[in-house]
Amino acid sequence: MKLYELTIHKALDLLQKREISATELTQASLDRIVQADNHIKAYLTLTPEAALAEAHRADQARAAGADGALLGIPLAVKDNICLAGVPTTCGSRILESFVPPYDATVITQLRRAGAVFLGKTNLDEFAMGSSTENSAFFTTRNPWDVTRVPGGSSGGSAAALAADEALGALGSDTGGSVRQPASLCGVVGMKPTYGRVSRYGLVAFASSLDQIGPLAKNVADCALLLNVISAHDPRDSTSIDAPVPDHTQALTPEIKGLRVGVPREYFAGGVQPGVQACVRNAIQVLTELGAHITETSLPHTQYALPTYYLIAPAEASANLARYDGVKYGYSAKDAPDIWEAYRETRQRGFGQEVKRRIMLGTYALSAGYYDAYYVKAQKVRTLIKQDFDRAFQQFDVLVGPTAPSVAFRIGERVDDPLQMYLSDVLTLSQSLAGICALSLPCGFVDGLPVGLQISGPAFGEQSVLRTAYAYEQATEWHGRKPRIEEDSNT
Amino acid sequence: MAVLQAHAQSAGRGEGTVPLTRQEVKHIADLAKLGLSDKDISLFAEQLSAILEYAAILEQLDTSAISPTATVVPLRNIMRADEAGPSLTQNDALANAPRAADGYFQVRAILE
Repeated sequence: MKLYELTIHKALDLLQKREISATELTQASLDRIVQADNHIKAYLTLTPEAALAEAHRADQARAAGADGALLGIPLAVKDNICLAGVPTTCGSRILESFVPPYDATVITQLRRAGAVFLGKTNLDEFAMGSSTENSAFFTTRNPWDVTRVPGGSSGGSAAALAADEALGALGSDTGGSVRQPASLCGVVGMKPTYGRVSRYGLVAFASSLDQIGPLAKNVADCALLLNVISAHDPRDSTSIDAPVPDHTQALTPEIKGLRVGVPREYFAGGVQPGVQACVRNAIQVLTELGAHITETSLPHTQYALPTYYLIAPAEASANLARYDGVKYGYSAKDAPDIWEAYRETRQRGFGQEVKRRIMLGTYALSAGYYDAYYVKAQKVRTLIKQDFDRAFQQFDVLVGPTAPSVAFRIGERVDDPLQMYLSDVLTLSQSLAGICALSLPCGFVDGLPVGLQISGPAFGEQSVLRTAYAYEQATEWHGRKPRIEEDSNT
Repeated sequence: MAVLQAHAQSAGRGEGTVPLTRQEVKHIADLAKLGLSDKDISLFAEQLSAILEYAAILEQLDTSAISPTATVVPLRNIMRADEAGPSLTQNDALANAPRAADGYFQVRAILE
């Protein structure tokens, strides 16, 4: 096995036994990126010198007896999370030149655990999208079929992981942006409970929905990453002050008696038959493992999409007001006055989808429409949350497909925004309710990965991870890798 | 604007919708300080109308007895003592400024 193919847990084992060094591991990952990334295009910015320096320090630290949870492990970071001194573009021309003067809290925590950062990954601009086609720079390819999208908005992170261009990755999830690309790229991705992980240093899209989430090659790695990034943070006043359990302790292949609900709304007509079949097979595996499966209903599921596409753009329109060409980023030079300067800066700096959502959000919040749109949506949000509260009185977890289809072709949905929004229909509800959810591979349709989504109540990550682990250990999907076209190292 | 209110209501009852006009799109763009080309004004009028028409499905739900969920966490008004602590240096804060002078962000005049 090549070093870059290792999982985090296996790498830590070899590092601790001194069979490999962190420097070798990081170098192998960097070489892999050179080999593969011309075809995958997962990375926007690479930080090879810093990464090797971090790896070297990790080797020295380990030799001196230190033992951080991720000491020497090379990771990829979505480019809307701030790494001090490294460009953070958010996939946008308006921040093309922005270099943050500070680390996001999750980065500080990962550094403390000894992690190494390989670079920043591609995303839909400002995390708005489901395919990474909205990046102002280029589209990332799905490693399973490079004519297809990796999903979005954390498409770069998911693709990097699937192509072994990192051992683990961070993404952000506002309406499914970690889970859906994880599903389309055949990796594990999780949206923690809202408030579990600090948003300080995550460039804000929709403040009541955004969460940073881990992507990994398997469930155990995902649990470990979650341990390191979870914490109460006084710099994020929406972060919860609750103890962080050791999520890896939840990992047992034993799920006898686990109460699993299957919402019938997640198998509606819009979900591809092949996807439904894979998920039904997965549910059968859970049954064979001793779980108690019951069909249930989340009756307000069909309202999640319009609810989300009023709330998220409304919050985004407020969060993106700061991009005015004054404090950072692109600034229109030739405008005759300050108002024109604002308009031109934002016209030239933002892409179409971002503009569309700012417009939608501004409208939904404007005088005369605030009650009819924004407040109405927030009330429906309550109903959606109540559906989950009721369900979790009866069930430990809920399962269904993560995405209604496998990866679609690049360009297939760009001309119809509503069609693109439908990619998220199965992941929006969990974001609106603030609960936790994870996607892991459960099969293939025509060689393209299918994701099983497991949802749990707020701070129910352990139930979700336990279910995921048991399923994973009883199946072999996580061992499959795409065949990548490689450039030779010159 | 009353025309748009009617649009929101009638869409829910399936009576046909009133699309956003170019004038309304320009007004929203102005609120958002977002310059739009002529082509984009027309495109957004069409696309936003379609999205809003779809969003009118929420009218089907009786939410008269429901409180809005602004945030899912049971937290309100997180406070801290009003004490100065470490923060960005002036240089760091200005490092990305497109225009800076004498330790300030430089902006265009807002008064005649």
